[in-house]
Amino acid sequence: MFPLTVRELRWAAGGRQVLDGLSVDLGGEGITILLGPNGAGKSVFLRMLCGLLEADGGSIDWGTGARPARGIAMVFQQPRMLRDSLLGNVELALRPLGVPAAERRARAQAVLERVGLAGRAADSARGLSGGERQRLALARAWITRPRLLLLDEPTASLDPGSVDAIERIVREIRTEGTRILMTTHNLGQATRLADDVVFIDAGRVCEHAPVQRFFARPASQAARLYIQGELPWRMAF
Amino acid sequence: MNGLGLAFSDAFALLAGFDRRVAEIVLLSLQVSGLAVLFGTVLGLPLGACLGVGRFPGRQALVVLLNGCMGLPSVVVGVVVYLALSRSGPLGKFGLLYSPAAMVIAQTLLVVPLMAAIARQVVEDAWRDYEEELTAMGFGWADSVRVLLHDCRHSLLVAVLAGLGRAMSEVGAVMIVGGNIEHSTRTMTTAIALETSKGDLPLAVALGLVLLAVILLLNGIAHALRQWAMRRYA
Amino acid sequence: MAHGILKKLKLAVLGLAALASAAHAGESIVLASTTSTEQSGLFNFILPIFEKDSGIAVKVVALGTGQALDVGRRGDADVLLVHDRAAEDKFVADGYGVDRRDVMYNDFVLVGPAADAAGVKGARDAVDAFGRIAGKGVSWVSRGDRSGTHAAELRFWQSAGVEPKGQGWYKEAGAGMGPTLNMAAGMGAYTLADRGTWASFRNRQDLAILFAGDPRLYNPYGVILVNPARHPHVKRAAGERFIDWITSPAGRRAISAYRIGNEQLFYPLPK
Repeated sequence: MFPLTVRELRWAAGGRQVLDGLSVDLGGEGITILLGPNGAGKSVFLRMLCGLLEADGGSIDWGTGARPARGIAMVFQQPRMLRDSLLGNVELALRPLGVPAAERRARAQAVLERVGLAGRAADSARGLSGGERQRLALARAWITRPRLLLLDEPTASLDPGSVDAIERIVREIRTEGTRILMTTHNLGQATRLADDVVFIDAGRVCEHAPVQRFFARPASQAARLYIQGELPWRMAF
Repeated sequence: MNGLGLAFSDAFALLAGFDRRVAEIVLLSLQVSGLAVLFGTVLGLPLGACLGVGRFPGRQALVVLLNGCMGLPSVVVGVVVYLALSRSGPLGKFGLLYSPAAMVIAQTLLVVPLMAAIARQVVEDAWRDYEEELTAMGFGWADSVRVLLHDCRHSLLVAVLAGLGRAMSEVGAVMIVGGNIEHSTRTMTTAIALETSKGDLPLAVALGLVLLAVILLLNGIAHALRQWAMRRYA
Repeated sequence: MAHGILKKLKLAVLGLAALASAAHAGESIVLASTTSTEQSGLFNFILPIFEKDSGIAVKVVALGTGQALDVGRRGDADVLLVHDRAAEDKFVADGYGVDRRDVMYNDFVLVGPAADAAGVKGARDAVDAFGRIAGKGVSWVSRGDRSGTHAAELRFWQSAGVEPKGQGWYKEAGAGMGPTLNMAAGMGAYTLADRGTWASFRNRQDLAILFAGDPRLYNPYGVILVNPARHPHVKRAAGERFIDWITSPAGRRAISAYRIGNEQLFYPLPK
């Protein structure tokens, strides 16, 4: 799957060029944080890697060629949970992989343990708080033991305690050798989690740098403004 | 005594006395309509769910057709099934005409489009919610249909109740294919039609009240089940 | 889940099979007959006697005579009991039925509002009565359903030299005898009814018998076996057994014994 080579991705919707020649090279280790203003194309890029969207142009080279059918999981900004127990929702992710029911159950129970929700395994997933729901979504992704995990703003609008819990889980997933790509607007979180940062603006990668260098000496003007909180919203018309 | 007053006192007499003939008719109605709705559940709900999830050419046309079929007069279905099951028809050799089985077939044809159309709407709304999530997990459309049917089970109860309501209350189809034969194919509705044509309007209304009571009872049970399930999972 | 669906489907099919076999338990024949005989209550009285005697269940499908003959033509009944002699003879001549026999007769009665605006009570005979109705243009409800009663009504209009179709006072119900009487009662209209249905009809409101007794109002019923040569599944032996019984002394006695109040409704044929 790695190294992942993305070249000149283009994608338009509603008359707007959301991805405008996005290129990036991603190695097989660590946590990469995608930064950039709203509308920069981060979520669209994640969906393309996940196979939910088809690029209008450009290429993604997955090392071996085509996009692998398995080994990629995604956690959405607003995860949807079935009207089922926590256990049922986590177990769901193993069904397309053809895992037998007994094993699904055991693995679901184990992963709920690791995200701190084991005590509520039998509760309804619809009754969770925002932070718990994100943890459950992480568990649902984690249980498949993905090689690549895509996280789309997993801590947006969560309280500090919940953010902390999520970050600990993300780190733990990483130690198992899962490659993580994550978007966030929380710069502190980026410094805490990231190995490297990809800065995207207007559908293009402006900068790709190790995290410390990125925050210490951003190379591009846009990144500098963004870090200072002064980059104007870029809604192309 | 006026007609409506008589009707109510007749209805209470029928219910209180637990008239054996009435019990037989109620039981047959429940059997026939219950089986039709069971077929509707097994065939109609998955059909509707497939239309709600699937994206294939001709889907829109099918949706329109299905919605249109909801309004199909039961008499038309009755005549079509009659012609098919008649000894001179394509399925005549099975000798099903004027039997409860014929009534089940006719009512199944009536409720499948109705139940499928409701299921289509319910599942399509849910699919809009879950599409990315399920696709990202690697669910194909057939597996998605299964997951959504299960997830929407409480809402789909409405489809089942609508099917049951339509089946229990229709008279046109069962009259034609069942023949309203006493002790054999006489249901609540055909009995009501018969008493009406005999001019025994109070008895007709009384039977109607019994039918209403049965339908209300079933709806009450379903409602209680739904409430319980919603508390459990919503 | 797929397994669950299959299981439910199996359950449904089994239920259907159980229903079907329950319906087929014991020997039975389908008798296509007319609403007038069914609604008069005659069958409820005489059929249990036959069933006890023979062990053959008779399933009555009540239709208009025209429809009953259609059902016979398609092979969907074993025996017909109808009342339209001309149509019956044609049915047999066309090869759809065999062994037609006279069974019984009752009579038609002219019913209408008790006030009798058309003066039908004073009519010399049935044809005169129909003429008076047309002459006064009082409301008339016709069966309009190709039934035996409808056919009889049309013969009377013809004899009276009246073409009622399209007249403002002439309404075609397209319904059985009972619904037609319900309409006549609701509208205060005249109509032609068979005595059996009238006798058991409960929603009379202001309606009363205004004219009856003319021999031309006699209404003979015939029984016909659907031709087994044309429809091999017809239950010939059981059907013939029923025909033999209903025309036998025992059958005649049963028909004569049926009464509503003190009124005998059907008279065996031949007299």
